[in-house]
Amino acid sequence: MKYYRSHVLVCVDPECLKKGAHDVMDAFQDELVAQGLIDEVQVLETSRIGGCDHGPELMVYPEGVHYTNLTPDDMPFLVEEHFLKGRIAQKFVTEEKAFTDEELSAPTAKEIRVVLRNCGKIDPENIEDYIAEDGYQALGKVLSENTPEQVIETVLNSGLKGRGGAGFPTGKKWEFCRASKDTPKYVICNADEGDPGAFMNRRVLEGDPHSVIEGMIIAAYAIGSNQGYIYCRAEYPIAVKTLRIAINQARSMGLLGKNILGSGFDFDLEVRMGAGAFVCGEETALMASIEGNRGEPRPRPPFPAVKGLFAKPSNINNVETYANIPQIILRGAEWYASMGTEKSKGTKTFALAGDVKHTGLIEIPFGLTLREIVYDVGGGIKDDKKFKAVQTGGPMGGCLPEAYLDLPVDYEAITKAGSIMGSGGLVIMDEDTCMVDIARFFMDFTQDESCGKCTPCRVGTRRILEILERICAGKGKPDDIETLEYLCAQIREDSLCGLGQGSPNPVVTTLKHFRDEYEAHIFEKRCPAKVCKALIRYEIIDGICTGCTVCARNCPVGAISGERRQTHVIDPDICVRCGICKQVCNFNAIVIN
Amino acid sequence: MAGNGKDGKVVANVVKAAVDRYGASQDELIPILNEVNREIGYLPGEALDEISSLLRVPKSHLFSVASFYRMLSTKPRGKHVIQFCESAPCHVAGGREVWIAVKDYLKIDEDQTTPDGKWTLLTTSCLGVCGVGPVMVIDDDIYGNVEPSQVPAILEKYH
Repeated sequence: MKYYRSHVLVCVDPECLKKGAHDVMDAFQDELVAQGLIDEVQVLETSRIGGCDHGPELMVYPEGVHYTNLTPDDMPFLVEEHFLKGRIAQKFVTEEKAFTDEELSAPTAKEIRVVLRNCGKIDPENIEDYIAEDGYQALGKVLSENTPEQVIETVLNSGLKGRGGAGFPTGKKWEFCRASKDTPKYVICNADEGDPGAFMNRRVLEGDPHSVIEGMIIAAYAIGSNQGYIYCRAEYPIAVKTLRIAINQARSMGLLGKNILGSGFDFDLEVRMGAGAFVCGEETALMASIEGNRGEPRPRPPFPAVKGLFAKPSNINNVETYANIPQIILRGAEWYASMGTEKSKGTKTFALAGDVKHTGLIEIPFGLTLREIVYDVGGGIKDDKKFKAVQTGGPMGGCLPEAYLDLPVDYEAITKAGSIMGSGGLVIMDEDTCMVDIARFFMDFTQDESCGKCTPCRVGTRRILEILERICAGKGKPDDIETLEYLCAQIREDSLCGLGQGSPNPVVTTLKHFRDEYEAHIFEKRCPAKVCKALIRYEIIDGICTGCTVCARNCPVGAISGERRQTHVIDPDICVRCGICKQVCNFNAIVIN
Repeated sequence: MAGNGKDGKVVANVVKAAVDRYGASQDELIPILNEVNREIGYLPGEALDEISSLLRVPKSHLFSVASFYRMLSTKPRGKHVIQFCESAPCHVAGGREVWIAVKDYLKIDEDQTTPDGKWTLLTTSCLGVCGVGPVMVIDDDIYGNVEPSQVPAILEKYH
């Protein structure tokens, strides 16, 4: 193991990245090389050191000094002062108190980190970092003290449900697979995190890969399997690389392979990469893809626990599900079950994206309300605009309006509200979002990603998309809403897999909660959020316009005319609604109607 | 230049190397196709013939798999490949304007290659870096927080 005298954490949250965190980090490392210190100082990327208000920032351990407002040019001085001369470079230290260790692991009071506990804290490419954080202790405990049945019982008692989206109790899944007589059995990790806006699994795979590997070995022991696969999407090349390094290290330490920890139990793991197909996140499609086929789903039953990969019993769980397992074994089922709501136990990671102030990953116990998530954890809506909707569950999920803000988030409540938990993407939308446009957008995605095997999904999603495109183009027909509802019901009922059945959800929920917007588009030819280009007009207000000619000079299509110092006019027939005139006007004289 | 792919690589050699590396069995098909696609830039018919005979899998099956996955291409691609994220978080963050700026600059549409063979423009599903949307990937470089006005400068970095 390498020993470092200093550990430096660089914040790479979106806000810090925007301010040039990577440039600072590169300059810092260059300077370490120049001063011959690169082997003594370890540099890691992390998140949330402070509040990002003073980024780019870094934290130096063991001193616990928090440097802020850094630029690449500051690095030579900082490295010389702190790392060569051993003096704290006071001019980069702000008054603002940095988070303590405790707070660092749970950045806001409402968060609890179980799955993300090591991310950003340990070096993912060094197994000893993980072991130092009690890594592989759970595996040792299971192999030396527990029977497979006891392991399954612990997981059952913890109340852990599959974090991939469907929320099926993990212990039950393991029990079914254990009960299957056929051999060999396979353990599979679904790391095909395809939901747009959801990147929780990527963070775990890149930040703490051993927690997933350890969870998988324990699952293999519980169900009686000797071979596992991690199916990771090709869009995550760094995750694949990190996983391969982690697997090799685990193998070299005897934690994978023959006779693990001298227990007589054999298990090995392989990483399989996808090649870009959203549907491969569906478990039967995923297994078809590992077998070297088109990733198309097949009807269930038989379920994978009976007939899965290579037609053998297989247990398939999501990254986050496996990452929870070592902690459940170590800290006990009761501890895990003490967090969350009556039916949804433990914590869940979410990816906050869209129009929220603090985008990024969070981990919270089930039961927090959407309001707490958006306003307390996420810091509220960007530019203090009004909240309009939150889209949960990815493209198969739904949009929930303001009335649901006080909904406690757990599997049952979200499902009851007409959406799904999904893998944990939360896209927050502000008042400037057109819900018809959003529905169109999601249908464009599902239509594109439909594997084409079954007709309701392949043709149905296309018909829905065509209708939505027409509505957004101002050519909606009076019976469009009824046709949409009919199509949605048909697709939901008749599609082969969960992805097809869920594909109309964005339309169903926006129709339910934002019907007035559809009606405005169709009957009044008006887009209330002023997004759909065919339904808006840019106009110059007489009296505010000073006739400065800036808009006319910047218009790419020459749609604006007018004499100097006279009010200008936009010709709606030539205008392409690009919005440049509004951006360049210094007097806010241009409005959208 | 029959038999040669990107940078003059001989198709048969690339296929042989990939099959040797992963093993000649059908369940290694997708890793093999991925590697050949990466090395040559796409999957020419000749490569599929070669794989078909080494793996003893019908070419029809290879084509059905190759045409299913977004990252595999049976058509030649440009020297540089742009993958533009078309997912909701990037869309909400202003992705549409950037997408239009890219198309305007290259004067091509989705799934097209510029006449000089320099650029291929593709869309991709979520890359998982939604915190810095809109995002696009050029070859292996990720660009986040892209604004329409930055597009020309980013693209001009590539020769």
